[in-house]
Amino acid sequence: MPIMNDTIQFNVGEHRLALEKALKLTPQDIVMEIREAGLKGRGGAGFPTGTKWLLALSAVAEKKFVICNADEGEPGTFKDRVLLDEYTNLVIDGMTIGGYAIQATEGIIYLRGEYKYLLNKLERFLDEKRENNQLGNNILGTGFNFDIKIRLGSGAYVCGEETALIESLEGHRGEARNRPPFPVNTGFMGYPTIVNNVETFASAAIIISKGADWFKKIGISKSYGTKLVSISGDCKKPGVYEVPFGISIRDLLKMVEADEAKAVQVGGASGQCVPESQFDRKISFEDLSTGGSVMIFNKSRDMLHILKNFMEFFVEESCGQCSPCRIGNKKLLEGIELIEQGKCSYTYLNELIELGKSMQLASKCGLGQSSPNPFISILTNFENEVFSTK
Amino acid sequence: MLVSEKHGLTAEIESLAEKYGRTREALLPILQEIQMRHGYISEFAQQEIANFLDIHPVEVYGVVTFYAFLSRKPEGRYIVKLCQTIACDLADKEAIARAIERELNIKFGETTQDTKFTLQYINCMGMCDQGPAMLVNDDVYTHLTPHKAVEIIKSYK
Repeated sequence: MPIMNDTIQFNVGEHRLALEKALKLTPQDIVMEIREAGLKGRGGAGFPTGTKWLLALSAVAEKKFVICNADEGEPGTFKDRVLLDEYTNLVIDGMTIGGYAIQATEGIIYLRGEYKYLLNKLERFLDEKRENNQLGNNILGTGFNFDIKIRLGSGAYVCGEETALIESLEGHRGEARNRPPFPVNTGFMGYPTIVNNVETFASAAIIISKGADWFKKIGISKSYGTKLVSISGDCKKPGVYEVPFGISIRDLLKMVEADEAKAVQVGGASGQCVPESQFDRKISFEDLSTGGSVMIFNKSRDMLHILKNFMEFFVEESCGQCSPCRIGNKKLLEGIELIEQGKCSYTYLNELIELGKSMQLASKCGLGQSSPNPFISILTNFENEVFSTK
Repeated sequence: MLVSEKHGLTAEIESLAEKYGRTREALLPILQEIQMRHGYISEFAQQEIANFLDIHPVEVYGVVTFYAFLSRKPEGRYIVKLCQTIACDLADKEAIARAIERELNIKFGETTQDTKFTLQYINCMGMCDQGPAMLVNDDVYTHLTPHKAVEIIKSYK
């Protein structure tokens, strides 16, 4: 498949009427359009957005909430930062459309503390939208009321998990809840709530603007549309790129001029480490799923050092409420230290991999379920380099 | 803490409770604002916030200890947060760290004697395409070199 663009091509001017168009439809029509487009969550988990919105629309309650998850904390991900900074209108319109679609009146942007420098700009933008009657009471004269406020995070990776995010908004430690019940029924303050990624809202606005059929022409079966990827590491042109789903790792590397790559970490620290032999694999929900993080490592890099950096990250960021994650990550990190010292036996290594698999099954939230991924994939794909030669 | 300072802090917390509401959801915004103004959240402040929100102080303590950007001990006026996650690490954040340490004569995790600077590592701050990167309070700096990082720090003196 040819590479569509080498930067983001979200045409802001083109989608400026998305909100107006949406408010002429019924909430059911919007949800159906989003479902028809097959939009899946852009934060990484890939839950069908239309289904989420339909569940929230069907929920009966006096109040509902729309939450924009701007707690972009996955290592190697920075596309939401660019969207919030340069494509603010698309994100805000997407949230407002989501609000209308589920019949909510309040929206909250949960902005990570690290992006506090964007706060004033975003607040000014929301004021502008209110002045233009695109937020607030009786939006564009349609009788629909919706307003958005911004809340800041305070430096906790786990708050990117939707229920931990809601806990944080409610003034608690950011510890994930058991699911079910899901936020679409029992979310913020117990009210039906949709929590979507920044890019998901932007994509929703584009779908309303251009139509589901247009959207489905891009990408591959089961993964429609484009994806923003944040590319960093050993390449000449790091940055945020809009690519069609289905693009191969090899094509991505060509696009950013990474000549010496030996491994690509797809999906951030919690993602998969792909060796050169698998560079024909594709970015898509059915193969290499990613919230947008693509990190490139060249032949000079020490994979054990990289793995250790990831595991140190998870040990620090585990919220500690469930033992598989709290203890498991620590054990994996200790294992890496043993490997470094040349003291880890094959038997113990296999036990650690089994431990990782147990964590994937037994952890309460996505953090502990995915934190063993780099350990397992790096030790599987780079066993010779990181283990056998030590 | 002087009695007059305590009174001042109580009044400040009361006005924040008015601004954000005396409900549990107001806890994080109140803590963030106290942190920003005072550089930390003292035990006394935690007690007072608990009183105004009508929750147990241990609930406040639990939240303060959970979040990396909230602190229970006084920190420097300028908190330098250097990103330690992989992209910045591969871009040689170590060299930046050593240069800043030499310049301020303290180690990461420490505060200068004049309480002007605190050095901390943080996890991925989303500037992976422009590393090494750091925050000084809320200001973002990217594409650092050891020399550039030191010049930035000096500009806060």
